Amino acid sequence: MRALTYHGKKDVRVDTHPDPEIVNPRDAIIRVTSTAICGSDLHLYDGVIPGVLSGDILGHEFMGEVVETGSGSTLKKGQRVVVPFTIACGTCFFCDKHQYSACDNSNPVDKREISETLYGQPMSGLFGYSHMTGGYPGGQAEYVRVPYSDVGPIVIENDDLEDEQVLFLSDILPTGWMAAENAQIEPGDTVAVWGAGPVGLFAAQSAKLMNAARVIVIDHYPHRLELAAGLGCETINFHDVDVREALNEMTGGIGPDAVIDAVGMEAHGFAVDNMLDIAKQTVGMGADRASALKQALLAVRKGGRVSIPGVYGGMTDKFPLGALMEKGLKIGTGQTHVQKYTKKLLAMIEEGKIDTTFLISHRLPLEQAADGYANFRNKQNDWTKVVLKPGT
Amino acid sequence: MKPRAQAAIAVGALAVGLLALTRSSSNPPSGTGGAPGRTARRDRFGRYRVVGKTVTIAKPSRTELFAFWRDFTNLPRFMENLNAVKPVGNGRFEWEIVAPGEGSVTVVTEIASERQGELIAWRSVEGSTIDTEGRVAFRDAPGDRGTQVELVVAYSPPAGTLGVAIAKLLQREPEMQARRDLRRFKALMETGEIPTSNNQLDREKN
Ligand SMILES: [Zn+2]
Ligand SMILES: [Zn+2]
Repeated sequence: MRALTYHGKKDVRVDTHPDPEIVNPRDAIIRVTSTAICGSDLHLYDGVIPGVLSGDILGHEFMGEVVETGSGSTLKKGQRVVVPFTIACGTCFFCDKHQYSACDNSNPVDKREISETLYGQPMSGLFGYSHMTGGYPGGQAEYVRVPYSDVGPIVIENDDLEDEQVLFLSDILPTGWMAAENAQIEPGDTVAVWGAGPVGLFAAQSAKLMNAARVIVIDHYPHRLELAAGLGCETINFHDVDVREALNEMTGGIGPDAVIDAVGMEAHGFAVDNMLDIAKQTVGMGADRASALKQALLAVRKGGRVSIPGVYGGMTDKFPLGALMEKGLKIGTGQTHVQKYTKKLLAMIEEGKIDTTFLISHRLPLEQAADGYANFRNKQNDWTKVVLKPGT
Repeated sequence: MKPRAQAAIAVGALAVGLLALTRSSSNPPSGTGGAPGRTARRDRFGRYRVVGKTVTIAKPSRTELFAFWRDFTNLPRFMENLNAVKPVGNGRFEWEIVAPGEGSVTVVTEIASERQGELIAWRSVEGSTIDTEGRVAFRDAPGDRGTQVELVVAYSPPAGTLGVAIAKLLQREPEMQARRDLRRFKALMETGEIPTSNNQLDREKN
C-alpha cells in the first residue's frame, strides 16, 4: 500500500509499505477514504517530537471502509467508519470511566515506559504519532490496522453524510468540544479562546452550542479570525491590541468567565521542554506557547475556569501559580477522550447543529501529501485544513 | 567456599528474604510502613536479586486470574523470556528460559506454597542451573477495582561460563522484565489480547 512516511526533519514522502494484517482478534483493517493533516503532524514534520522514526507512517485523523475483521471485531465488511485517534481497550479501569485517552492497555508495554517516566503514569496509544504513544502506523495511508475495533470506530450509517462532514470526529471536533466542556460554561458566560486553529475554532463553536453569551477568539492570522467571526464570535488580533487590556474592557472590567488555551501547537503531548522552544521558533506561532496560558490565567475573572486541551507536553517555568490560587481558578485539561464524544457529536452533525466543513481549505490526493505538509506549515493563514484522498 | 555450599547458604538467605516479603503484606515490618519490604532503600537479600511489581486487573475475577496463572503452561503467553513451560510430573514444571548466546536453559520448579485464589509460590528444585523462587499474590482491590496482582521473583545466577550468560540474561533489566510480564498479563486478561503496534503477524512465533 501507499502511505505518507516520515524520513526525517521536513522530509516526508509517500512510499510503498506492506499491507497491514489482522494481528490480534479484535483488529479490523480499514481502507482509508479520507484522512486529514493535523496541526500536531507539523510538529512531527518539524522533528520536535521525540520517538518518531524514519519509516513511520503518520496520520491520526482518518475514516474509511471496513475491509477485514478479526474474530473479536464487531464491525462488518463494507461498513463506513470514523476512527478515533486515541486507541482504547474499552475494558480497563480508565476506559470504564470513559477516560479513554488514559487507557491502561493500548500503549504496548515496551513503548509506554517513556511517558511513564515523563508523567509518572503511562498514556494511551495513538495512531501515527510517536513511539512513546505506541508507534502505531497512522492513517495517511491506503489501509490501517485498527486495534480494539469493537470499541473505537463509529459506524456512519447515513450515506447522505459526506466524508468531510464526519471526518473530524476522529480528533479535532471532539478535542474542541472537550475543551469547551472543560471550561464548564454556564449560560450568559463570556468565553475567551486563544488560537483560531482547528481546535480553537471548534472549541469556540462548541462554546456557542453550550450557550455561552459571548465567545471571543484571539489570534493573529486575519483569515482564521474571519472564520471565527463566521461562527458568530468576536475577535481580537493580538498583533494590533493588548489582549489583556482588550478583554478587560470588553467584559466591563470583570474578565472572561472561562478561558481556553488552544494556541496553534496542537501537539498531542510529548513535546518536551527544550523541544517546545524549538517548536516555538519553527512553527511560527509568534507568541511564546506558555505565554498564552499565562496571559489567560491573568485575564480570566476571579473564580473562573481555565481549559487547556491536550497541547502541552513538557514543562514551563514562571508559571503564575499565585494567580491560579489567589483567584480560585478551576483547571480542566487532558488529551481528548474521543470515544466518549463521537456518538453525541455525530448526532449533532446529523441534526445540522454542527458543521465542520467550513474549516477545509484544501483537498489533495494522498500522493501529494508531502506538498500538503509543506504548504500547511508555511501558509497558515490560508491553509487551514488539508484533507487527503488515498486512491485518487 | 565450594559452589555447592555457597548455593545452600544462598537458598537459606532466600527463604528468609521471601518469608519477610510474605509477612510484609499482612504485617508490615517497621521501617517500610505500609510499603512492600522490597521498596526499602537497602539490599536485604544478600546476593539474591529480588524484583517485584503490582498491577490492578479489572477483570476477570480473582478466582479466574488465579486459575489462569496456576496453569503454568499459560505463562509463556505473556512472559517474554519464556519459550515454553511443560509439566514433568509430581507437580513439577520444566521452564525453558531464553538465554542470550546460549539458546535456552531449562529450570525445573515445584510449588513451594499455594493458597487457593490468593497465592502461588514456586521454587527451582535442588541442583537447578538457576536458583530461583517466585510468588504471585492475588488480593481484592479496594472499591471494586478488581484484583491487585503482585509478582515477586528472586534468583541467583550460577557460577561458570553458563552463569555468565544467565547473569547477562538476568541483568537484562529483570525489574523491567517483571514489570512488562505483569502488564502483558493484565492486558491479556482485561482485553483478551496483548497490544502491539506491529502491522504484520510475527510469523516466527506463530
Ligand atoms: Zn491531532
Ligand atoms: Zn482501556
